[in-house]
Amino acid sequence: MIKELWQGSEACAYGAIKAGLSFFAGYPITPSTEIAENLSALLPKLNRVFIQMEDEIGSIVAIIGASLAGAKAMTATSGPGFSLMQEGIGYACMVEAPIVICNVMRGGPSTGLPTKIAQGDVMQSRWGPHGDHSIIVLSPESVKDMYYFTIKAFNLAERFRNPVILLADEVVAHMREKMEIDEGEVIEIVNRKKPIKSEGYLTYGNLEDEVPIMANLGDGFGTSITGLIHKEDGFQTADFEFARELVQRICRKIEKHKKELFEYEVLNGDAETLFVAYGAVSRTIKEIIRDDNRFGLLRFKTLFPFDEEAVINLTRKAKRVIVVELNLGQVYYEVKRAICGIKPVYLISKVGGELITPDEVIKQTEEIINASN
Amino acid sequence: MQVTDFIREERLPFVWCPGCGNGTVLKATLTAIANLNLTQNDVIFASGIGCSSRTPMYTKFDNIHSLHGRAIPLATGIKLMQPDKKVIVMTGDGDALAIGGNHLIHAARRNVDLTVIIFNNSIYGMTGGQVSPLTPQGKRGTTAPFGNIEDAFDVVELVKGAGATYVARTGTYFFAQTVKYIKNGIMHNGFSVIEVITQCPVYYGRSNKVASPGEMLIWQKENLISIEKAKDLSKDELSDKVIIGEFVNIEKESYFDKRKKLLERLNKK
Repeated sequence: MIKELWQGSEACAYGAIKAGLSFFAGYPITPSTEIAENLSALLPKLNRVFIQMEDEIGSIVAIIGASLAGAKAMTATSGPGFSLMQEGIGYACMVEAPIVICNVMRGGPSTGLPTKIAQGDVMQSRWGPHGDHSIIVLSPESVKDMYYFTIKAFNLAERFRNPVILLADEVVAHMREKMEIDEGEVIEIVNRKKPIKSEGYLTYGNLEDEVPIMANLGDGFGTSITGLIHKEDGFQTADFEFARELVQRICRKIEKHKKELFEYEVLNGDAETLFVAYGAVSRTIKEIIRDDNRFGLLRFKTLFPFDEEAVINLTRKAKRVIVVELNLGQVYYEVKRAICGIKPVYLISKVGGELITPDEVIKQTEEIINASN
Repeated sequence: MQVTDFIREERLPFVWCPGCGNGTVLKATLTAIANLNLTQNDVIFASGIGCSSRTPMYTKFDNIHSLHGRAIPLATGIKLMQPDKKVIVMTGDGDALAIGGNHLIHAARRNVDLTVIIFNNSIYGMTGGQVSPLTPQGKRGTTAPFGNIEDAFDVVELVKGAGATYVARTGTYFFAQTVKYIKNGIMHNGFSVIEVITQCPVYYGRSNKVASPGEMLIWQKENLISIEKAKDLSKDELSDKVIIGEFVNIEKESYFDKRKKLLERLNKK
């Protein structure tokens, strides 16, 4: 049993290595830099690649190149760096490159509050790249989550051949907690499927559960990749039928599994007032619930794909649902979209770079309850 | 193997306009590969966006057409995972020097073992003839209808200054030389840049009243002069000439060599 004090960023680095990370490219930016620093010390000793690129655009594109050449590849960034990566993330969705991006959220917009917590990048994680696409977004609340969710992110990226975003926040990435890891613990590691023979191989010609089984660049199978709408052989086309089917498939391959992918935690699910939270904020809510069983928590571990039906079912017993988040309303509108007309949904939000305290939540919750009575 | 063995015929015709020089660069590249006895297993092509970046998809080699300006960092990722493969980047003047300029100089600084072929047609062809960082001052484009007031980059000086260890320039008129430089670039251990001046009779030609590919090639014949010849000419005589040849060819540890050394050092401990 390993018992150590780990920082969230460290846990992310160890988790990535456990998952099989073989290529990391990144660019320094607060508050995600520690992930790169940790990996710069760990990866060379394992004969795996760490490279500091000239910017975040170079970083995201380098991991896509490495991934398509066979690597389990990752980058980490924050704030403006995440904005710069959107072009590459959209490209990875289109060419179906398995990659992991850890975005440690800081205060925005723009350079904003580099060293402070925020949760303002939720919708950017879902909709950052232009055009229709699907993406998986995971939200860790602890150092332990940083370790296991990073592994999960790699597994999902490999399975769906799609970018997966580990959407951490400054508090989760910087806090230190005791980690206990059973070295004998069996952790499932998923590796992408590969074609066996080159005869008759078409880059996007062999689908399994709507995910293409692709050769690596360098296998010499004649793999042909483009971010343009493409046919099964990977060659560009502007044909309406191909275009429609491709865009729908790259979304459908993930969305059809949303029941399975949408993970959550429920505490006191029968409570009249149910809080919805994710990331570091769920720690605040857990603090409240510990002393007060009038309240419950629905914590989202997965933010996207978002399972509306699950949210309807999980909030069924509540009289009211209150989303608590460190932005002016992002997950709030997703929840509202799911249960609008069924029961009232309220928002408690805090921006400005501080974590919300239990007292602040309780005070605002009482105001909401009093106003509705 | 010969050139035609490397072509995906089912993808023809090319996307390029009649008289375009890109096909010549494709043929020169495939000739170089054939002359080196490389096979489909030895080469990976990466490209960005633009007319020239469409070139690799007509070949049977593993190829990836990426984002505008991003072929070089993409190829860096590929090369580090596939160090035994020859990774060749096909890019244009806008792709490599404007939107991809930062990646170009940093890959040169790192001396990543890539072969970068820059198709220089002095214009953005795919989008219809806008001026690029390699459009000479005074020339016209659809975004410089009164003449370009900006200076052009000198690719050779730029990548030389950034640390490239093989740098050559030629033109599509000089086919044999193009083949030779691409061959040298592929075999060079380190960051190689080959600038190939190509004709764009349709967009560059239309804006600048030289709409004949033949005329543009004759311009190359008369104005692209070798390093040796240039030595005997005065500054005035050189003012409208472009110097071609091998400018840099030096042995230096590549990024991969340096990485290998680091790993050896770490594993000894």
